[in-house]
Amino acid sequence: MSTDSAHAPASARTAESGARPADSRRTGTPRPRRRNRDSLAGYVFLSPWLLGFVGLTLGPMLASLYLAFTDYNLFTAPEWTGLENLGRMADDEKFWASVRITLIYVLVGTPIKLAAALAVAMLLNYRAKGTGFFRSAFYAPSLIGASVSIAIVWRAMFSTDGPVDGALNLFGINLGGWIGNPSLIMPMMILLAVWQFGAPMVIFLAGLKGVPAELYEAASVDGASPLRKFLSVTVPMLSPVIFFNLLLEMINAFQVFASAYIIGSGTGGPGGATNFYTVYLYTRAFANNQMGYASAMAWVLLLAVGVLALILFRTSRSWVHYAGDSK
Amino acid sequence: MTAIESNPAVPVPRDPDGGPQPRPRRRPMRRHLPTALWIVGIVALTAIVLYPLLWMFSASLKPNSEFGSNQGFLPENPTFDNFVKVMQGIAGIPTWKFFLNSTLLGVGAVIGTVISSSMAAYAFSRISFRGSKILFAAMIGTLLLPFHVLIIPQYVIFRNLGLIDTFWPLLAGKFLATEAFFVFLMVQFIRNLPRELDEAARIDGCGHGRIFFSITLPLIKPALITSSIFAFIWSWNDFLGPLLYLNSPDKYPLPLALRIFNDQTSTSDYGATIAISVLALLPVMLFFIIFQRFLVDGVATQGLKG
Repeated sequence: MSTDSAHAPASARTAESGARPADSRRTGTPRPRRRNRDSLAGYVFLSPWLLGFVGLTLGPMLASLYLAFTDYNLFTAPEWTGLENLGRMADDEKFWASVRITLIYVLVGTPIKLAAALAVAMLLNYRAKGTGFFRSAFYAPSLIGASVSIAIVWRAMFSTDGPVDGALNLFGINLGGWIGNPSLIMPMMILLAVWQFGAPMVIFLAGLKGVPAELYEAASVDGASPLRKFLSVTVPMLSPVIFFNLLLEMINAFQVFASAYIIGSGTGGPGGATNFYTVYLYTRAFANNQMGYASAMAWVLLLAVGVLALILFRTSRSWVHYAGDSK
Repeated sequence: MTAIESNPAVPVPRDPDGGPQPRPRRRPMRRHLPTALWIVGIVALTAIVLYPLLWMFSASLKPNSEFGSNQGFLPENPTFDNFVKVMQGIAGIPTWKFFLNSTLLGVGAVIGTVISSSMAAYAFSRISFRGSKILFAAMIGTLLLPFHVLIIPQYVIFRNLGLIDTFWPLLAGKFLATEAFFVFLMVQFIRNLPRELDEAARIDGCGHGRIFFSITLPLIKPALITSSIFAFIWSWNDFLGPLLYLNSPDKYPLPLALRIFNDQTSTSDYGATIAISVLALLPVMLFFIIFQRFLVDGVATQGLKG
């Protein structure tokens, strides 16, 4: 990642001796001073980020870890309760329901979204020219998909007598409105996620452009079928990008909030079907003023995401191939 | 349209060459057929992907009486009534006020993000200082951090500072480069700039401040543009932040105003709700149409080094 820091001392030395040759000759060792001055400059430039990192990220992270073991309602001081929040969580049916919903959304929705992204990226990669418009058009939903506007549009499209219901009726399928039906909320939310396949698609496409054409030609010479080429050339060559997309998209999926909140009108309805983890966390914290319980939920989410990332990193050794390895 | 349902299952040719190859001599023929198929496939897919947006525009022109009765794509009696009604505002607040609030937040986000992220990116990519590696790793780590872990303590902090129901909690993070995506994007960009320019400037006696302003910033303009647009659009679309921190309706940005429309009128007044959704998306769409290259390329480079 940072090859620059290896160069930096060298360049600093040149600069120093170039700027003040007499000075460096006299002191003999100009390096430590330069480095100190650089350290100062580094921290000056970094100061806004550092302040934000300590004050708005690291500090709050630790604070919420502490609050997770307390009873805190925002108005009186937090009261240490040990593991009580975890115990309450274990008995909380709504909590488990929100875990289930969120896991289904992440574990089913993300692979579908990425499969769509990869398929469309391959379709676009098939031609060298004239794909710019389509690339942009497919990307557009990623930019706006998490907005309240789109959640409202989605609600309207899937309502009773809306366009989706109407179209399905033409095929003799009468599902009625999806919005009021708890068992159709999840497919609808996943469709909304899959509709935003554009962002991972763009990243796949950039990866596909980097696969050398010779590999496909060599595979053709060997008589490989298209499926074989996909499995033996495309997937291994793309595996770092697949890994990156999988990690990022899963973490993003865990955090779905605005669409679920708007589609369920902030109540988690119908029948708790839109009570995603983040929606429930928000409700506990800011509607019920149970900041301690919500902090515990937040840390459980963080640990879950951490464990998932760890599993991905661990298994990645067996399926992610970096081009440098084979050289 | 079955459009939406079939989206994930759209039949996509698995391989550019398509199908087994009978004889090499038929090559010219084979190149034509897949091209035609490709065009049909890609156009159909585009129609599916853009359908919700087209439907939204079309539906915003439907009079209320047509919702439910006219399931067709086009309105029978197109009208701008929905927009006229929406511009009158809601809860006693004119709609332009929501646009103004969203714009203020968006512009603030752009200014804060560009300044703070470019400074951090310069430090990470061009200055060697003690602890830079571990701090860089920490910065990358925040890319993966779920935001919800931070919202409660952050809320407590801003509440103790007496800043609830002001724009400050929404802007503070932007001026402190908390969005690692932007820092990372700019770091990638600066690393690809030739170092010789910096070194030449140093020989001429320039300090880091001078190099940053006179050399680095002008050269990373594309990254600054990409970051600005993303910062603006993300701020414009942000729902959770304003939901947490803003209580007075006259301070609401559009997403919160949309929520009031959605809760109060959605059952009775679809037209107005869709119309304000269209209005809220218009600036984002315009930005996208003008700057799409910057945005899409920005996303593409983000993934390459992951």
